[in-house]
Amino acid sequence: MISELAEHTAVKLGGLRVRLRTGELIVEDVDVELAPGEILGLVGETGSGKTTTALALLGYSADGVEISGGELEIGGTSMRMDRSMRSLRGAVISYIPQDPSRALNPSLRIGDAIRDLVKAHGRGRDDDGLVQRVLERVGLPGTDDFGRRYPHQLSGGQQQRVMIAAALVCEPAVVVLDEPTTGLDVVTQAKLLDELVRLRDAEQISMVYVTHDLAVVAQIADRIAVMYAGRIVEQGGAAVVLRRPRHPYTRGLLASIPDHARPRVLEPMPGIAVGVGGWPTGCSFEPRCPQRSDRCASEMPPLGDVADQHAVRCFNWQQTPAVTTIPLGAFELQGGTERIKVLEVEGLRAEYRSRREIVVAASDISFHVERGECVALVGESGSGKTTIARAIAGLHPVAGGRILLDSVELPSLVRRRSVDQRRRVQLVFQNPAAALNPRHTVFEAVARPVQLLRGLERRAIPQEVTRLLECVRLPSSLAPRYPSELSGGERQRVAIARALAAEPDVILCDEITSALDVSVQAAVLKLLTDLRADLGLSLLLITHDLGVVATIAAQVLVLEGGVICERGRTAEVLRSPQHPYTQRLLESAPSVAEAVERWEADDQDFAGSAPHGR
Amino acid sequence: MNNLAGAKPKDIARRRGQTDDLVFYGSSVRLHWPRFLRTLQGIAGLVVLVFVVGVALIGPLVAPHSLSAIVGLPGNGPGPAAPLGYDFLGRDVLSRVLDGGRPVLVLSTVPIAFTYLIGITVGMVAGLSRSLVDPVLMRVVDVFIVFPPLLLLLLLIVGAGTGAGVLMVGLVLVLFPGVARLVRTATLEASTTGYVEAAVARGESMFSLMRREILPNITAPILADLGVRFSAAVIFAAGVNFLGLGSSPPAANWGLMISENREIINTNPWSVVVPALLLAMLTISVNMLGDAYVRSLGRSSASR
Amino acid sequence: MSSPDRPDGVHSEPAVPSALPFQIQSVASVGALPSVGSARLTRATGMRGRHPLVWYIARRVAAGVVTLLVASALIFVATNALPGNVAEAVLGKQATPQRVALLERELHLNDSFVSRYGSWLVGTLHGDLGQSATELAEGASSTSVTGLIGRPLFNSGVLAMLTVILLIPLSLLVGTLAAVRSGRCSDYAISYASLALGSLPEFVLGTFLIVIFFSALHVLPPVALVPLGSSPFAHPNALVLPVLTLLGISLAFCSRQVRAGVIESLRQDYVTAARLGGIRERRVLWRYALRNALAPSVQTFAQATQYLLGGIIIVESLFAYPGIGQLLVQEVLLRDVTLVQGITLVLAAIYIAINIAADILVVWLVPKLRTGFQ
Repeated sequence: MISELAEHTAVKLGGLRVRLRTGELIVEDVDVELAPGEILGLVGETGSGKTTTALALLGYSADGVEISGGELEIGGTSMRMDRSMRSLRGAVISYIPQDPSRALNPSLRIGDAIRDLVKAHGRGRDDDGLVQRVLERVGLPGTDDFGRRYPHQLSGGQQQRVMIAAALVCEPAVVVLDEPTTGLDVVTQAKLLDELVRLRDAEQISMVYVTHDLAVVAQIADRIAVMYAGRIVEQGGAAVVLRRPRHPYTRGLLASIPDHARPRVLEPMPGIAVGVGGWPTGCSFEPRCPQRSDRCASEMPPLGDVADQHAVRCFNWQQTPAVTTIPLGAFELQGGTERIKVLEVEGLRAEYRSRREIVVAASDISFHVERGECVALVGESGSGKTTIARAIAGLHPVAGGRILLDSVELPSLVRRRSVDQRRRVQLVFQNPAAALNPRHTVFEAVARPVQLLRGLERRAIPQEVTRLLECVRLPSSLAPRYPSELSGGERQRVAIARALAAEPDVILCDEITSALDVSVQAAVLKLLTDLRADLGLSLLLITHDLGVVATIAAQVLVLEGGVICERGRTAEVLRSPQHPYTQRLLESAPSVAEAVERWEADDQDFAGSAPHGR
Repeated sequence: MNNLAGAKPKDIARRRGQTDDLVFYGSSVRLHWPRFLRTLQGIAGLVVLVFVVGVALIGPLVAPHSLSAIVGLPGNGPGPAAPLGYDFLGRDVLSRVLDGGRPVLVLSTVPIAFTYLIGITVGMVAGLSRSLVDPVLMRVVDVFIVFPPLLLLLLLIVGAGTGAGVLMVGLVLVLFPGVARLVRTATLEASTTGYVEAAVARGESMFSLMRREILPNITAPILADLGVRFSAAVIFAAGVNFLGLGSSPPAANWGLMISENREIINTNPWSVVVPALLLAMLTISVNMLGDAYVRSLGRSSASR
Repeated sequence: MSSPDRPDGVHSEPAVPSALPFQIQSVASVGALPSVGSARLTRATGMRGRHPLVWYIARRVAAGVVTLLVASALIFVATNALPGNVAEAVLGKQATPQRVALLERELHLNDSFVSRYGSWLVGTLHGDLGQSATELAEGASSTSVTGLIGRPLFNSGVLAMLTVILLIPLSLLVGTLAAVRSGRCSDYAISYASLALGSLPEFVLGTFLIVIFFSALHVLPPVALVPLGSSPFAHPNALVLPVLTLLGISLAFCSRQVRAGVIESLRQDYVTAARLGGIRERRVLWRYALRNALAPSVQTFAQATQYLLGGIIIVESLFAYPGIGQLLVQEVLLRDVTLVQGITLVLAAIYIAINIAADILVVWLVPKLRTGFQ
């Protein structure tokens, strides 16, 4: 099957148009072309239409959504993008969904699940050999025992490999992957990306890799298509687009991604991403564009070539500035100016007790945060970092050790702390949607700590709320609104405002940007940096993202399995990690800057063409 | 420099429900009230309910005859003096029907009020407590869940006799465990959210937590359950009367009328059918409203 | 995105309102219907780890016994501790001081509360549920409660069995049909019909059926007269209306629940993934959607069966069917405390047994619960 396609383009999609049944457009004027053995990175944030486009390649549209235009050719054969493609799905073109734990039938053993696909496409009669072989291809044991496991008996990484195996078993020509590494830790992600490249090299499978993460795309994609508001705004070879992006949106994305290898000051994009039905006339990016001209507001720019194999949808693409890179070590973060220890943790130990067992989440944790300093606590999920933050906030009982605030010991639980102590340590949560009471307005949410913890009199409160909203760069017109009316970034700012409302000394930030889009994340990080500088706030940043750490934290503590395995100044730890776990993390974490530098080195290396990827 | 502030209300409204995934189960009950009542189902249910409640409440005031007066031959069909005929003793069916609704309403509404009072309190306290209070309360609640409801009612009646008081106490005992469990589950779910933890970190008192943070966010499941529970109260109350174990004669009660007039079902079916119809309309309309409410919740939470 | 560092998060059942008009959390005390988080058959090593299912069954049965014990206490308290002189109430108009005293002695009413409870319990273990007060008062020869409830229990069992046998396949069929055609005319028709039908009190539905089939059509008797001593199977006509009544309401409830369960199942990611893998729709429906809707359906049917326990009381009274429900009502009217105690205990035991069976069946059906985590 695959060899037949070698002469043709693997996938050719022209003029895709998808809309809601109620008429609003989701995707328009999208062309995708893929050669055999090529990996295309389809990049975009929430609402860009990338998943919809990916699904359309299989002729699939979700409930309430219809594909109203476009021509699809797979392997030179024309297809109608609808149900008629069913026999091809999984056989010629297959799909790997985002969350493997939910995409596997919990009642089927994984061997049986894969066999279902084999039978559905008539590839063999209960040929166990086929199932076992495909499992081995993805690095899983091809044993009977393993095939008899249920999905819940596998780890996240194993589940995703099973999905890949299921996608490959019928030897498709094209595989569409929808954010396949979401929820996986960085090391597993790196392994998976390696697998994909290996499969591509060995079997010439074409892949469409849908993601919002430019760093990942830089690792494996040959070509990139960037989507914004349902249209492709830039398209071309990965090396070309990432080194010198021409569309202001692409450039803005690159400038706002925190990179652990080449940290720099982030430049957040103003405005909010456009969602469905909110498309303005003219260029969709125009309201936020620093290079806009009058023409942009009224006319939609066409997707035009700027160079060979590089197309941009912008009138003013020539004005797009390059993304400045700073040599490593030139980026210095301000540490605390005074050497006063605001928060001290000594030998902290935290446990989870259930009826049958005691799980130690963190043990022997000792560190301090100085006034005006930002310290990062880095680790993967399960490392204990959230538990530590909660313990400091008083939400989790301390099983051993002590926590000192300004050299005064903090009682373990919030109930026993004084009002003043509660005020001075504030926690901001990961999920802004769940962190705000949906039945309280923004005003009520921000006013409450003011009222409860600072005891301001009634009349002074509205003014204080306005001031706080301004601190987080939100207009006071947002005050009477409910959280459901705000975007993710706005909600997180409200959460920060609420934390500031208490006039704290320390703010604990628990993965506060993980649930946000990249462009929004940059804005929030910049806000934090500004607040730290203006108010002398101390920050304890909990995160798994090394890029974020490199960008705003002066000190870093690396957590593995509840224990601090390495600590030091961020620049040093990132430059020369000592502990094997830290080294592994750094090796696995993708970085756009590193990829770009590799490409530039390759370019100067005229002898032969070095393949992309790691 | 920052146009983050520039988004107009129109833009925000359009973005509603698109950008983020999490939907709040209890969000804005206020907004839902008019919405679910505006559907066909909601209107139909409301109209029927108002009609039945009207008959029940106003009926006794307009009944032509007293509910115990014998005005004709037992079992006779409708005539000029009695549009619905006569019951098994010769009393006017119409009057008894008009009188028979109020006891049904009282017997169901009063216990329901107490059911929710007790159930919500117990449920919230159990849901919020991280100590032994939770399991202990739930064991107590479970004791009552163990029985088929009607069985429990009969048990109480055999021990304490028939009468409105026993019946109402029995109804509360039968209905509150469900509410308590429901509220406890909803409270547990709500209490693990960020905003409740933030409130705990602020040092809010238990009472304040319940009132400000939890309660407004669990009204949705409670209201969704209300329809079913209220009609259950009606069914049990009427059922016990049907069995003859409720209000004693000559009291008029729709449930009782159905059983006592069974013998003349051939000669005057209205004596049985009309009270049955009214009861049916009551329970169906309440369930319709409840269902309309649940549907309106479901629709607004399915934004993808 | 990282998740909080807990071994397993709090899991709570979503608060789904039931359409059946009374509280139905089919929960018996310890170990409610297993949800993913609560039924942890896991991480135990050795014997317990190797046979998690067996251990689970043992635990559930033990819990059920405890619940039954507590229930028996409640029953005893409810019938004996509340005001009213039992003997006088039973004898009614024939209450002379001598006869009252005699009856009190026969029923051991003058013993202490605790000893009466104790002897009753002990007797139960031997199958002796005590003696009927009314029978004693009349000086009848057979006064054993156990003997008196045998036949009526059988009759009610027949009614319940017939209903359940029809209920399960029908509701699965109707519910799945409605779910698959969700949003279309047929779905609306089924949904609203179920809503209306399921909202009716049993005696109302039964009455309407009597009016239709007896008064108007004259095809079926208005009462289910099964002569004493003969089997209900010998009089099939008598069974039709009672079964129809019970079936009507439980079918309405069950099909709505099945529909909801199947719809929920069809919305899952694994169904979409299967479709995107090219698997035929029929197979997707059976193997992916329905298979995972089974466990919630089991809970639904358990709830329905429990509902029947209460429903037969009303229905038997309406149709004068000689089952245990009718007996119960009669004896409540006669204030026959001991008989009522016995019947209630038996019915409560059946109720609890159904719970346990449902829980075990669910654990067996859901691989995640059956095998535990590794």
